Amino acid sequence: MGAKKVQKSYEEINERIRKGEAVVVTAEEIIDIVEEKGVVEAAREVDVVTTGTFAPMCSSGAFLNFGHTSPKIKAHRVWLNNVPAYAGLAAVDIYIGATEPAKDDPLNKVYPGSFDYGGGHLIHDLVAGKEVELVVEGYGTHCYPNKLVQMRVTLDDFVDAFLFNPRNAYQNYNCAINLSDKVIYTYMGTLKPQGGNVNYCSAGQLSPLLNDPYYRTIGVGTKIFLGGGEGFVVWSGTQHNPHVPRGANGVVKGPAGTIAVVGDLKGMKPEWLRGGSIQGYGPTMIVGIGIPIPILDEEMARFTAVKDEEIYTQIVDYGVDYPQGVNKSYGEVSYKELKSGQIILNGKEIPTVPLSSYLKAKEIASILKEWIQDGWFTLGVPQKTLPI
Amino acid sequence: MLYTQKIVLRFSKKTWDKPIVYRLAKDYNLIFNILKASVFPKQESLMVLELSGTEENYHRGIEYLMSKGITVEPIEHDIERDEAVCIHCGACTAVCPTGALSIHRETMEVSFCTEMCVGCELCIKACPVRAMKASF
Ligand code: SF4
Ligand code: SF4
Repeated sequence: MGAKKVQKSYEEINERIRKGEAVVVTAEEIIDIVEEKGVVEAAREVDVVTTGTFAPMCSSGAFLNFGHTSPKIKAHRVWLNNVPAYAGLAAVDIYIGATEPAKDDPLNKVYPGSFDYGGGHLIHDLVAGKEVELVVEGYGTHCYPNKLVQMRVTLDDFVDAFLFNPRNAYQNYNCAINLSDKVIYTYMGTLKPQGGNVNYCSAGQLSPLLNDPYYRTIGVGTKIFLGGGEGFVVWSGTQHNPHVPRGANGVVKGPAGTIAVVGDLKGMKPEWLRGGSIQGYGPTMIVGIGIPIPILDEEMARFTAVKDEEIYTQIVDYGVDYPQGVNKSYGEVSYKELKSGQIILNGKEIPTVPLSSYLKAKEIASILKEWIQDGWFTLGVPQKTLPI
Repeated sequence: MLYTQKIVLRFSKKTWDKPIVYRLAKDYNLIFNILKASVFPKQESLMVLELSGTEENYHRGIEYLMSKGITVEPIEHDIERDEAVCIHCGACTAVCPTGALSIHRETMEVSFCTEMCVGCELCIKACPVRAMKASF
């Protein structure tokens, strides 16, 4: 791109935010601004672009410390509202994962199982201020003699509670069809036989990592909207893979980058962390994430102006290929096509079904915009950007 | 007196291709109106029917359907959406056979049209946050 005509530092932008002078727009609004004024002028005018996504994110969970009881116990097995938590940590530290089904769940015994309650629901209930039942079994040691603790607790009773999601906000994702001859129930939703519908799960032009395709501004220390509160990117997420084919605009054409995020559960809101039940698959958590992207120069203005018709993904068969580990694409479609309600595959019209809420993604981007405009939410300077 | 009922039929793989529904008219003198059909060759299919006739013929017709291995469920529940719970994801539109649940493309808002709903209840478990509810 040669010498940049516009150059702004994080410090300059943060100074403007603190003074209440920063110009903040959403990833939808920047599209028109760039179209109208060009990237250079847009970069001059706009300081921050806010993104958002609200979708099932299975790789999520929370670390909880339930505090010492008397007599003390070293947790060996733990259940919260009957949902097992992992206790292989120090005495009263546990981790509850979003996809953990309740102990007595019939799972898929009567197929497709409904998975009414799991880790995601439990985390939501805690954030909603509900009382939950904590059961802890210990095997007894000299220092931790207690063998059973049973109590009703709320989020306030926990000494510490923070969300720690090892993989969220996938930069793009496959869209799913089913080429087998029976209905299947997957983490990508219900898929009718013989390509009866195609399901997709991305906020497209609003999605955080699709607005910063080379992770120039997203990395360890980036401050984000997480579950309605403040969170941070703390590492690249599991399965982060920047080496996915990209379009001329730099945008990946399949699942690529991911982030690991953390945030204080006590500052989150129940409407942005929702328990989910995916029929035939399992419980999950629907997580709201928004990332502010600083417009450091005209390149960032161009990146954030990406629109649905410029973002492509692959059609993958979940009937046979995916479960067998076969990596095959049946075609490429844009999010504009997916959002239109139908795509054409081999001459056949197929209805499309979203799993990620575009409406809520937009709301998150707007909330984050307000937070920044209000002057209290400044940008975190990444100490190490995601691997590229 | 004319007896009218709305029912949901679920066909297994084996029965889909038989002209069963037409026998209802021929042998049981029932007037039928197919409100919705999603029939896939060689797989489970679903059909929503409105049947009218004498009450006796209606029950004989239902018995006939069941004898052919078809699951028959009357539509007796009103389906409601809890607006405070719905997150407008769109997952339910994969299963709704009538288009009662549909997406407004401009805003990507998911709307629920009670008049178009036939009460098949497929959306209840397809909705990840359980916004769709049957009231008795
Ligand atoms: S019950 Fe649900 S899936 Fe069935 S027609 Fe009504 S809205 Fe559609
Ligand atoms: S699946 Fe449930 S939450 Fe999603 S749009 Fe349908 S009713 Fe609303």
